[in-house]
Amino acid sequence: MTARTRVDGWAKVTGAARYAADHRLDNLAHAVLVTSTVPAGRIAELDVTEAERAPGALAVITHRNAPRLSPAGDFYVQTVLPLQDDLIRYEGEPVAVVVADRLERAGEAAALVRVTYETAPATVELDDALPDAYRLGAYFEPITSSVGDVAAGLERADVVVERTYTTAARHHSTMEPSATLAEWRDGMLTLYDATQGVFNVRDAVCAALDLPADRVRVIAEYVGGGFGCKGFVWPHQLIAPMAARTVGGAVKLVLTRAQTFTSHGYQPPTRQTVTLGAARDGRLTAIRHTSVNSTSTYADHLEMAAICSRAMYACPAIETDHLLAPVSTVLPTPMRAPSDGPGMVALESAMDELAYELDIDPVELRLRNYAERDPTKGRPFSSKALRACYAEGARRFGWADRPMRPGALRDGNDLVGWGMASATMATFAAPASARVSIDADGRVLVEAGSQEIGTGTRTVLCQLAAEALGCPPERVTIRLGDTTLPPTGMTAGSSTTMSVGSAVQLAARSLRTKLASMALAEGDAPAELARLDGDALVVEGAPRTPLRELIGDDPVGAEASWSPSTADVSMHTFGAVFAEVRIDADLCLPRVSRLVGVYSAGRIVNPLTARSQMIGGMTWGIGQALLERSPVDRRLGRFVNKNLAGYLVPVNADVPELDASFVDEHDEHAGTVGGRGIGELGAVGVGPAIANAVFHATGTRIRGLPIAPETLLRGDGDGRD
Amino acid sequence: MARITVTVNGADHTDEVEPRLLLAHYLRDKLRLTGTHIGCDTTNCGACTVLCDGLPVKSCTMFAVQADGREIITVEGLATGGQLQPIQQGFKEEHGLQCGFCTPGMMVAATALLERNPDPSEEEIRWALSGNVCRCTGYVNIVKAVRWAAQAMQEQAAPEEPATRQPATEQAATR
Repeated sequence: MTARTRVDGWAKVTGAARYAADHRLDNLAHAVLVTSTVPAGRIAELDVTEAERAPGALAVITHRNAPRLSPAGDFYVQTVLPLQDDLIRYEGEPVAVVVADRLERAGEAAALVRVTYETAPATVELDDALPDAYRLGAYFEPITSSVGDVAAGLERADVVVERTYTTAARHHSTMEPSATLAEWRDGMLTLYDATQGVFNVRDAVCAALDLPADRVRVIAEYVGGGFGCKGFVWPHQLIAPMAARTVGGAVKLVLTRAQTFTSHGYQPPTRQTVTLGAARDGRLTAIRHTSVNSTSTYADHLEMAAICSRAMYACPAIETDHLLAPVSTVLPTPMRAPSDGPGMVALESAMDELAYELDIDPVELRLRNYAERDPTKGRPFSSKALRACYAEGARRFGWADRPMRPGALRDGNDLVGWGMASATMATFAAPASARVSIDADGRVLVEAGSQEIGTGTRTVLCQLAAEALGCPPERVTIRLGDTTLPPTGMTAGSSTTMSVGSAVQLAARSLRTKLASMALAEGDAPAELARLDGDALVVEGAPRTPLRELIGDDPVGAEASWSPSTADVSMHTFGAVFAEVRIDADLCLPRVSRLVGVYSAGRIVNPLTARSQMIGGMTWGIGQALLERSPVDRRLGRFVNKNLAGYLVPVNADVPELDASFVDEHDEHAGTVGGRGIGELGAVGVGPAIANAVFHATGTRIRGLPIAPETLLRGDGDGRD
Repeated sequence: MARITVTVNGADHTDEVEPRLLLAHYLRDKLRLTGTHIGCDTTNCGACTVLCDGLPVKSCTMFAVQADGREIITVEGLATGGQLQPIQQGFKEEHGLQCGFCTPGMMVAATALLERNPDPSEEEIRWALSGNVCRCTGYVNIVKAVRWAAQAMQEQAAPEEPATRQPATEQAATR
């Protein structure tokens, strides 16, 4: 299909696109959170008298007077219910919310809330919590896996590499801070919310506030990035409606940037150990991959870092295991790219180390262990073109000219290094439904509850609907982000194009059948018989029918649902990433100078939006490799850098021209669309490719990301603070 | 309360405001120009960038009273008469936007860049826009969008002259 610029481009370049905090509501009051300053303990004293007397203050809600909430213990509510008790579980936990007529007054009143704490001992650093690590009983996927005999595989290996790698705590840092506007009117609660899942929010609010689903509507017209932190339901999304109910009107709650660091999860740090056994010819005899990540003391988030080793390489013996270590921070949550993102840092760094132990080119080593079938589940992949990715990536990068020896590519004062890594991501999909309708003038409306968080969903759905109906995309309007529309899953796990896209295609097909049968005036007609031609319908065996004759004042519509494939296949996306780094020999300042990614993801609906997903993900990979870490202060029990000055994300000058492309592919198992998800894949593999390039440049193996200049200066290979 | 008169996108506004009111909130809440987004509160992200007497400023770190007597241009003031400015067209055509939250501030900062340097190289664009964060993150396309606008503006300014400059992409490639 052809590249197509965004259908929402005009709205976004004129400032007309409305994000949650932009909605205009009558008599809108403003809410400001007061959050705990200690990581553990309980509230000792709480004095709100001054705050309540502050100018403009409408309400001060604490655990003493907050409405009692009912358990909303669905999986998608990754929070304890806010303002229900005096316990403190993490620094940043809401202890009060202040509502006032103006934002400045709410902020002033919030500063007058006096809180003291009885603090309890708290562990906030993953390393300190390792003695308390535990294994969960169940998660999305099995916690542990074992095929073959790893001990025997290591026994007969000619070379064994066993290394421990670390990845850092990182924060999503969406440009749009989370915001919830809640309005009670005539017994109805309407939320304008910055969310990746309007239905989750609705269900959580209904459960917590004991409301039927038809009394709550959640709207997310435009969302300023999510990357995971807007996926589940967090305290502020329950506090805003509580506050609105208390003052009996409309309340706006926008998190400060500092609050975003403690309010909706983060990517937990991991400690991973990878053991690889290989014969002299490079063939793997055993893989063991174990990971431990921090979670909160009050709920579990497992970063399934080792699942990549279950599917990546052909090997007769593979073991994986995951542990959790509890710390007193807010609960971690998935972040672009979860599980495989941190996991491939360890596996692909270890593969590079193995390549050097064996003196085999890193690409060649991966080809010798290419998995034609899922090595753990023993079944075929739905579709996989990774071999082509390696070849095309190597060609585009010029990999054939790479000297194996580290330190061989010096250029003036720059140490130059070339590294590569594979990328993979387990593919998710969710049941989805959509409605497609057409009016007498041939204008098409596509409706689905799903959210546009920046990925290009509106544009891609527009293309798919137009293709399925045989009409120009200009005729198609997309409505998204509203619980009154047909239900879909979250915009998460790179699942939307396959899931919602397939539902739209099926609805469009159903609409064609409906129109054909109307034109033929007999039974169910096959969809293939009807196609749109301007403002008329062309049906084989019938005269060309103007839509005006078929459709009256009300549009004709059809709704359809789609469910993920149950075929016995493993579904993953794949890629090959090649990086060049240049490191100032005196300052040890590493910079990425070239990055090539070639990906296998099935059908690409829109090359323009798809490429943006990949270059975006690759830029996240640069952040993972060189910049992003959120250290905690052991003494204060809190994240240190709760702003974008201290928490470094890549800026424009950090990013060179990026070369991202796809191999031509169609995945018959990936919905009716034929494409697997790509929103997160680009962020996988870049970190290890860069780390491997740093080794190639310097001869120093850094096993902790991010690789900061001070780590390179120290040269001890440990990225920990 | 203080009385201020500010020219915003060509129109004069006189208002009584609290001295502590931030310019970003004045624009968004009082004038309802919500295209100016607030991303970080601390001048790091650039989402709230507006032009103040032609210079890019981060409106989350400027009080409304400091804008008294000055001329402010927001994203809503870029297009005139329903016509997109080249910088807006560039972001649309080169797909320099994804979620769109950073886009207004990014375009305003780029407008200021092109005002002082009508023909920036890719590297100059990267450095000039490094105070504006895009997390989606479309930096590569944002650079192309600004180049697109620079070329379009030059063609508008001198339609008769043949192109004598090497395109920026080739400059970067051969540097």
